[in-house]
Amino acid sequence: MEWVVFVLGALICALGAFGVVTRSNPVHAALSLIGTFFGIAVLFIAQDAEFLAAVQVIVYAGSIVVLFLFVIMLLGVDTAEDLEVEPITGQRTAAVVAGVAIAAVLIFVVVAGAITGATSSAAPIDTDVANPVQIGRVLFTDYLWAFEITSILLVIAVVGAVTLARHRPDGMVDDELVDELPAPAVVAVDEGEVAT
Amino acid sequence: MIVAADPLLSGHVGLVVFLIVLGKAVVTLGICLIATMLMIWFERKVISDLQNRIGPNRAGPFGILQTLADGLKVILKEDLVPEKSDRWVFRLAPILTMIPAFITFGMIPIGGDFTDGNGGVVHMFGHDTLLQLANPDAGVLVILAMSSIAVYGVMLAGWSSGSKYPLLGSVRASAQMVSYEAALGLGVLAVVLVGSNDAGISSLTTNSIVSAQMPWGWNLWVTGLVPFVIFILAATAELNRPPFDLVEAEQELVGSFQTEYSGFRFAIFYLAEFLNAITMGAIVVTLFLGGPGGPVLFGPGWMWGFVWFFLKLVAVLYAFVWTRASVPRVRYDQLMDLGWKVLIPLGVGWMLLLVGIRVGADAGWNPVVTVAVAAVVMVACYGLLRLAGATSRRLAAEALDAPEGVID
Repeated sequence: MEWVVFVLGALICALGAFGVVTRSNPVHAALSLIGTFFGIAVLFIAQDAEFLAAVQVIVYAGSIVVLFLFVIMLLGVDTAEDLEVEPITGQRTAAVVAGVAIAAVLIFVVVAGAITGATSSAAPIDTDVANPVQIGRVLFTDYLWAFEITSILLVIAVVGAVTLARHRPDGMVDDELVDELPAPAVVAVDEGEVAT
Repeated sequence: MIVAADPLLSGHVGLVVFLIVLGKAVVTLGICLIATMLMIWFERKVISDLQNRIGPNRAGPFGILQTLADGLKVILKEDLVPEKSDRWVFRLAPILTMIPAFITFGMIPIGGDFTDGNGGVVHMFGHDTLLQLANPDAGVLVILAMSSIAVYGVMLAGWSSGSKYPLLGSVRASAQMVSYEAALGLGVLAVVLVGSNDAGISSLTTNSIVSAQMPWGWNLWVTGLVPFVIFILAATAELNRPPFDLVEAEQELVGSFQTEYSGFRFAIFYLAEFLNAITMGAIVVTLFLGGPGGPVLFGPGWMWGFVWFFLKLVAVLYAFVWTRASVPRVRYDQLMDLGWKVLIPLGVGWMLLLVGIRVGADAGWNPVVTVAVAAVVMVACYGLLRLAGATSRRLAAEALDAPEGVID
């Protein structure tokens, strides 16, 4: 039973990841990404980590990809051109090298982890205690420092974003009204291709 | 497996248990569909009463079968997919609006015996079980997750239509839903903070939230009313219902994200809208109004859970409809101001107040002093916020007056 769930979850993750890379339409790629996040949530549930699964869906699928889609929809990323242009010279080669390197490190970690036999670095899950309680205890005792540092980092990011968005040179302030509407999903169709 | 889980699944999972779970799933689905049908009729009838009209009165007694007739008609209509649409996403979007509402409803305790510390457990076919489809550990968080997933249906429907008005409508809708999610979460947080069990540990499961409110400790007053108001306002905005229905502001946006939809797909959007209203009402009942808990007047205890839940749910839904009939639509800037500048700061402040009271109770501080100090701090924070706002407005005005230079 556990194997079936794992294989299904892993398949969803892998197919989603494959879709992100191969789909030329950015919205389809973002949707595939959601598939991957849901697959990961399924794997979390299979490990009794329901809290992590819920947070995974809320944060990644529910907020981050929504922002991705927002940007894609507002800026109207051109589906046809995207794959042709290479903004940084040699970025494809670099991406392949980086991908292979990361895969190699991951495989090494998995193999090495099996050799040491260590299963969890923080705390083993206790099935008798609800897991929000367990995570809360660990987070606010042993890892309080990391938690607070992360929260400060997020606050700095928000303040930075607001500052960047508000303080503009005079020449940029509302001198030109952009009267272009955001681009809907018609770009590819206009060019004679059917966007399916 | 886990403390608050359904006792049904704690023992050996045999065929009977499997059938009970399957039965519960089917019944939940059935309740959702029938309730949606009745909700559409209820809303139309109440609205017409409030507007001095008669409303649907042809199909069945009091026009109660009107939705069924509309549904049959709409199935027979031609199903158009616009040429310029993104076909795959266009077909996916209505389904995505529907699923989260069903899943959320599966986590609502719709009945059960909560008197005498029974915790909502009822006995059926030789097994103890809860009258809800699932009771996951992360309960309310899963509900929040589903409400954040619900944005996708609206967003993708507008984008994939390949048309300007739906796109604008869906951008509006998703901005609104994302903004109010935070306020919604703060309302839930207040409930989780006050609802602790004997060991002083709060739980996120819907079942234990209802148990903690028994018999009369409804979170409506235990959390001090403010989180309830925040939650109701945020829920109305999440549902895109009036007075926050800028998504469907007909004069500006035609029919918003569903403009290009027709036939059965349009019906799915329509159903999802009302099913979401019911689900949100059920969440309000569960979180703030004691869920199915209530006194047992006569007869078996399990029966009264359904009765109280139904009565509370109808009251909340009537309030939704009443609001729709009485309050005019707000402007978009008013909507965003209400969400970001009123509800979220108020929600955070109230959460800190509740935390202060709980810490004070644990440490044995004088409760009156705790609340007084907290109130002073909140007022001071509000003053600082106002001061900051006024200063930034003054600086902006000065910068506009200045002939040259950089805005600072």
